[in-house]
This record gives sequence, C-alpha cells and structure tokens, in this order.
Amino acid sequence: MSAKRQKRKQPLPAPGEWTFELIEAYHAEIDRVARNYGLDTYPTQIELITSEQMMDAYSSVGMPVNYHHWSFGKSFLQTEKSYRRGQMGLAYEIVINSNPCIAYLMEENTMTMQALVIAHAAYGHNSFFKGNYLFKQWTNADAIIDYLIFARNYLTECEERYGEEEVELLLDSCHALMNVGVDRYKRPEKLSLNKELTRQRERAEYLQSQVNDLWRTLPTAHVKTQAVEERRFPSEPQENLLYFIEKNAPLLEPWQREVVRIVRKVGQYFFPQRQTQVMNEGWATYWHYTLINTLYDEGLLADNFMLEFLHSHTNVVYQPSYNEPWYHGLNPYALGFAMWQDIRRICENPTDEDRYWFPDIAGSDWRETFDFAMRNFKDESFIAQFLSPKVMRDFRLFAILDDDKESKLKVSAIHDEEGYRRVREILSDNYNLGSREPNLQVWNVDLRGDRSLTLRHQAYQRRPLSGDADEVLKHVARLWGFAVRMEVAREDGSVEVLHECRQERRKTDT
Amino acid sequence: MVRIIDRRFDSKNKSAVNRQRFMRRFKNQIREAVADAISGRSIKDLDNGESVTIPSKDLSEPQFHHGRGGIWENVFTGNDQFSSGDQINRPQGGGGGGTGKGKASKDGEGEDDFVFNLSREEFLDVFFDDLALPNLVKTQLARIHEYKSQRAGFTNDGTPANINVVRSLRGALGRRLALGSPYRGQLRELQQQLEELLETRPEDDPEVLRLKEEIGILRAKIEAIPFIDTFDLRYNNRIKVPKPTTQAVMFCIMDVSGSMDEDKKATAKRFFMLLYLFLTRTYEHIEVVFIRHHTIAKEVNEEDFFHSRESGGTVVSSALEMMKDILHARYLNGAWNVYGAQASDGDNWENDSPHCRELLADTILPFVQYFAYIEITPGEPQNLWREYEKLIGTHANFAMQHIEGLPDIYPVFRELFKKKLV
Repeated sequence: MSAKRQKRKQPLPAPGEWTFELIEAYHAEIDRVARNYGLDTYPTQIELITSEQMMDAYSSVGMPVNYHHWSFGKSFLQTEKSYRRGQMGLAYEIVINSNPCIAYLMEENTMTMQALVIAHAAYGHNSFFKGNYLFKQWTNADAIIDYLIFARNYLTECEERYGEEEVELLLDSCHALMNVGVDRYKRPEKLSLNKELTRQRERAEYLQSQVNDLWRTLPTAHVKTQAVEERRFPSEPQENLLYFIEKNAPLLEPWQREVVRIVRKVGQYFFPQRQTQVMNEGWATYWHYTLINTLYDEGLLADNFMLEFLHSHTNVVYQPSYNEPWYHGLNPYALGFAMWQDIRRICENPTDEDRYWFPDIAGSDWRETFDFAMRNFKDESFIAQFLSPKVMRDFRLFAILDDDKESKLKVSAIHDEEGYRRVREILSDNYNLGSREPNLQVWNVDLRGDRSLTLRHQAYQRRPLSGDADEVLKHVARLWGFAVRMEVAREDGSVEVLHECRQERRKTDT
Repeated sequence: MVRIIDRRFDSKNKSAVNRQRFMRRFKNQIREAVADAISGRSIKDLDNGESVTIPSKDLSEPQFHHGRGGIWENVFTGNDQFSSGDQINRPQGGGGGGTGKGKASKDGEGEDDFVFNLSREEFLDVFFDDLALPNLVKTQLARIHEYKSQRAGFTNDGTPANINVVRSLRGALGRRLALGSPYRGQLRELQQQLEELLETRPEDDPEVLRLKEEIGILRAKIEAIPFIDTFDLRYNNRIKVPKPTTQAVMFCIMDVSGSMDEDKKATAKRFFMLLYLFLTRTYEHIEVVFIRHHTIAKEVNEEDFFHSRESGGTVVSSALEMMKDILHARYLNGAWNVYGAQASDGDNWENDSPHCRELLADTILPFVQYFAYIEITPGEPQNLWREYEKLIGTHANFAMQHIEGLPDIYPVFRELFKKKLV
C-alpha cells in the first residue's frame, strides 16, 4: 500500500454488523475504483443468504438451481456435518458465472468481509469470467441459469413419466462419466435455451432414427454387402465418452439421450473452472487486495477495517511448506496472487533477471499485460509463460520424481539457476488436465459381432487407472447396453484388456 | 448498477428433496442402523434421533482417475534441505509423495465412513416402516405431547369471556373501601362535630350550615368513587398442561430358553417397544417390569432382560406366577393401569400350558387393561398357543398373535388401539 495519502476523506463507517445501505455504499466505491482500473465485468447481482442456504448452494455445486439427485443430498449432509462440528468454515462467498454475475454473501460475515467478498467475487471473478477465453468458449453466462431451469424441469418431467428410480440410475451413470464428457480440443456449441427447447424434440427423433440405422444388423442382403468391408467405428478414437454415448448408444430412449446431454452440458460448464484455478483465484485475490488498498489510500477506509481485512487476506494466501502437517499441495490463491503481483512488479520495476526471462513484458504497461494474460491463458500455459524465478525462489519450489520402479524418490530440480525451467515445466504439467487425468478414448465398437464397446486408456508415464475404474465401467455398460471393455495401451506398445463388463440388455417395449 | 437482493427469508429447505432422495437410496443401510440402534437402546428411549454410519465405499461416486503407481513428478513448496539429484526415502504412510492426485480430499474427510444424524421423526419413520403401521397410527404415536388446558388461578388480563365476577367484585369492593376510608374518617369527625354543635346551636346557625355543606361534599366524593373499574377485573387463568398424568405399569415377559435366538429376541424387543409407545400416548408415567424365564422366572433389569442368555427348558407358568405376585404386591392399589406383554416361541413344557391358561384367566386378566401374547416361531403354533386360544372370546382384553416377521406385530395392537380411540 502506498504510504502517501493524497486526499483525506471521511472514511466509510466500519461496524461489525453490515447493513444494506453500507453494502451499497461500499459497493459504489469499489465499483468506481474497479472502473478506474479498467476492469470489465458483467453487471453484478449481490444476494444475501444464510449459512444454511450457503450449504444448499454448496451441495448443488454452487448453482442456484439444479436438478434433484441423492448425491447433492449427500454432499449437503457432509457439509453440514463438518460445518456443525467446526471442522470447516463455509466459504464467505460463492460466485456464479452468469450474466448478471450472481455473488452470494453470507449473512454472518462482518461488514469488512462483505466488502472483501464484493471486491473478490463481484469484480475479480466476474471480470475473469467475462474475459478469459476458456470461459468465453465453454460457457454462456447469459444462458446458464435458464438452461439449469430447463434441465431441472425436464428431469422432473422424466421422473413423473418414467419413475424416480429410473432417472436416478441414469443420472448415477452419467455423473460417473461427467469428467470425460468434454472435447478438450474442440469448441462446443453455445448453449441457448430457445435452441434447446425447439430442437429437443427434433433431435430426439432424428437421433433415434440414426441409431436404429446404425444398428440395422439384421441379416439382410444390404448388411452383408456392408460386412465385407472392415468398417471401423468410430472411425477415429473419441475422447468425449458422454457425447459418444449420447449419439451412439444403441438402446437409449430419446429422453435418456437428453438426460445424458444435460449432464454433459453441465459438466462442460465446469470445465474451464477446473483449468483456471490458480489464475482465477489469484486474479480475484489480487483485485480484492488492490481495490481495497486503493480505497484505503484514498482515505475511505478506517484502520480497524484494514486490520480485519489484512487478517483475512493473509489467511487466504497462506502457503504451508511441504513438511507441515496442514500442507495440502500448492494453495492456488497463494500461487496465483504471488504470480499476478509479480507480473505487475516485472512491468513496473523489472530487474535484469526479469529482462532476461521476460523481454516482452518487462517494463510494459501492467494493465495491458494483465488484460492480455487474463484473457488468453489457462493455468498450464499461464505458469509456463509467467512463473518467474523470483516467485519460485519465494515459494522455494522443488520437484520430486516418484518412479515406482525406483526405491527412492529423486529431487529432479529446485529453485536454482539450472532448475528454474524444469520446475516451471513440471508445475505447468501438474496443472495440465491432459496429464492429470487419465487419457481415455472410445476405441472401437464391434459392429458386426456382439456390439461391445472398447475403451482404451493411453497410459502416460505408466500411471494406472484407479481401482474404481471397473465400477465406472459398469456405469458405461449400463448406458451402452452391451458389453464394455477397458484396455490399456502402454507406452511400449503393448495392449491389454483390464476390465470387462458384460451386459446384455434387451430393449423393453414402451 | 448493482442489484442487492435479500434471500435470507427465501425457502429454507432447498435441499430437503435431495436429502429425502439420499435417505431413500440408502434405506437399507439406514434400516440396519436403526435396527442396531433398537437393539442397543432401552425400550423407553424412542425420543431421540440416531446417527447413522454408512461405509464410504457404498456411497462412492466412482470416476475415472489415476491410481497409484507409474511415474509422477510433482512440485512442492518450502524447500529447506534439498538440492537437485538428492535421493530421498519414500515417506511412510504415503503422505505427500504418492499419487500427486490430492487424493487426501480437500475437506479432510478422507476415507472415513459417512456419518449423519437422523432426526427423531426420521428415526421413528424407519422404525414404523418395518412394522407396517397404518399412517394414522404413525402420526398419533409420533406426536410428542397432547395438552389440555387447565385452570391456574387468576390474571389481570384476558378475554371478557373469562371474567371472574366474584373476584372482580371483591376487588372492586376492596378498592372502594380503601379509596373511601380517608373521606369516611373525615365524615365521621364532621358528623360528630355537627352533633356536638347542634346541642348548643340552632339549626340555621351559619357554623352548622357550613358543617352540613362540608358533609355533603364528602358524601359526594365517596359517591364518586366508581363502583367498578377496569383495574378491578380479574380473569380466570388457563394454562396448558400435558395430558393425563395417570400412570401405568407394563410387564414384559420373555422366554429366554435356549430356543429363543437373537433374532426372535429382536422381534420381541420391537413388540415391547411398540407397546411402550402406545402406552406413552396415554399415560404420563410408565413403569416397566421385566420378567424373563426359562424353567424359573426372575425379575431383571432391561440390560439382562435382552442380553443375557440362558438355556434349558421352559416353564411359562413360573413367569406368570411371578407377574401375579408382583402385581398384587405393588400395583393393585388402584393407582395403576396394568399392561402385560408376553413373548415366547411357544415351546412350553406340555403339562404346564393348561396351568398357564388358568393362571392368566383367573389371576391376571381380571386386573389388567390388556394382555398381549406373541408367539415368535416360523412354523406351526405350539402348545401354549393352543391353550391361549381358548381365552379369546371370553376375555376382551386379551390378544395374541403368531409372528413370523416384523409386519405381523402391529395387528396385536389393533384392537387395543381401537378401544382407546373411542
């Protein structure tokens, strides 16, 4: 915080208890400063909720509306239990990537916390949602709430028509595949409620006819001629398992396909968030810190406000060391905050080291650089691009190589001249969804034989699938309707079948 | 422009549906937990919820993840001792190094079993579920208290309908006396002066006239004190008190001979619990007497009643004799409603059964409100059943039921319940 205070204004009152008037007054000031910094945001909608409602929001993955499922009940019970026992504090806010951007503030927060949360969520996260390319590509802030309402109504309708049990089983299976319902390298279509509604029936009918066509394997002359050529299906391996099932599973009813699609769309909505933790949280943290400090420098904030604010902020960006019991990996808030601050430092006061490492940005206008970085990167590339030796030194980062064939772990690089690049590379890879999560592909469907589906796990660094993979496979089989196999392709070229889940389901007449 | 919305008063239980779904899905585990709870609880302890534990593997929502093994390279913070190329022993217990998947789970829940609490209502729901009670009965049993309103003195405010006339007027009288007494004192004084004066002076003496005038004023003042004031009003006070304070004693008689296995005892326990619940509906205070028997009977505490195991033959009459003795010694002073509940597998010593019937008919049934017998056996009814059958029809307060599974318990109470409704 700059020592000079240009104007001495009357500070805003900072009582423990918030009031609506105060929230509005604080918001107006934060808004003014944020505009001065050029933050571009969706309009803000601040909603005050109780802790119970916060737990509700938690358990429906932060969404204001969602369909009903037992797993949400489970996570509510879990949250409630640990909250009641005091094992965990609730988050002070939840922010929803929608337009207008909805920020939930908890009623228990003090006025200081409310101001912090407004700066953090309603300006930090909000501007990130609006600007970052992943969010632009994968989510549609205008339509998400409408889509969720559509989804909930649709599922309720399905429950009425086909029974809760049936829908629940289907959802279980879909949820198991939620993480493999994204095309990582392909742009999705934009969500739009109208389109969804008008096309839904059309699509259902069309799909069904397509599928039937695909499976017309009755021994007719037509099929025989086709059988001569060795046709591969899918013609290329597919990584989006849910999409593949939605389009091609032979026995699903149209409504079931629609449910698969809903789960896929909702899962896809969270896809950018999984890839921008460090950036997004760091960005929001950087901005709450900067905005509040700017207000303080203008003399708008009282000292007791600042003390409480700094206390909370320090907790948020605390990074324990590897050997402390509460170490849970890198704290994305801490790392992100440090990196954004460091970028500003490089822009404003570059050292020789910075000029060598970051010739492009050293000495540039920090706001432009920020804007560029925020818009065009995700964690993986952000770290690869902007993690500076100074931050690595500050965090005392080091990399450990854990090879299960070796008896000992090896320190592969540390925060020194030889290690900077390597550490950065490894850390960037740690945030790469592609290597963090197993690489699975829809490999083949036995069109002419038993209609079985083969999934292939392309093993990377000899990493195996976890033990519950066969459980997931059962879910795949439930959706597919026929036998499902999981094979692993090792890096040495060998292929082996890991699990097989046999299933023979006859389509029930409806 | 910002929109600030106060959602705090919106509907609270958004997750209620999801909670129900969760309960339904794990009904079996919850049932088991309730069954365990029942066997571990006192039969009087039905007013609490229960915490239910579900193994986390049943709850897991599987996803494709990496497992342990292979090559991982991870970045850590806070290097204090390492240089590149160092070899380190693997940390024991797999903390830190391991999979690099953050599998320890963010909230520290880890691999613990999942525990959550059932409320009292949910607990009773599950309890009733097994027993196949009609819904009406469920709600009646689950209700905590019934109140009746009762007089409790008087208050200063209330509705006009509750005005207590006697009290109010008494108050008014008192007030009039109190307010008027100084005037009356003066009045008496003046009257005395007047009398004295009249002895010496004529009627139209100015002094006499003055005194008469003053007396007139005082009388007017006394008259002016209102006959009744809102201040005087008293109302009958009514308070709510929990319904009947009558008391009952419940005899639990159970056969603990070798042939009664744990399952049968668990069924019997539910039977006793249900009877207890029915009784709590009607009686404020209930005592429970536990009598267990094989060839000889013994009065025991609840713990021993359900958990100690005996073996040997069965002489049911021993228990009935004991019940009779206890009944006559302690509970026949007119203050007690007596209920009897007997559970057995019906396997009695052949010659004893007729004796049991006589005992019951002559020395017990005349004194009890209700006596219920259940025979827990998968097969044909045994000799005791055949004897007891003769009592039906001649004794309205006797009920018996052959029980194979839990849903059979409720019919025993059907009659009892009907009677109570009237």
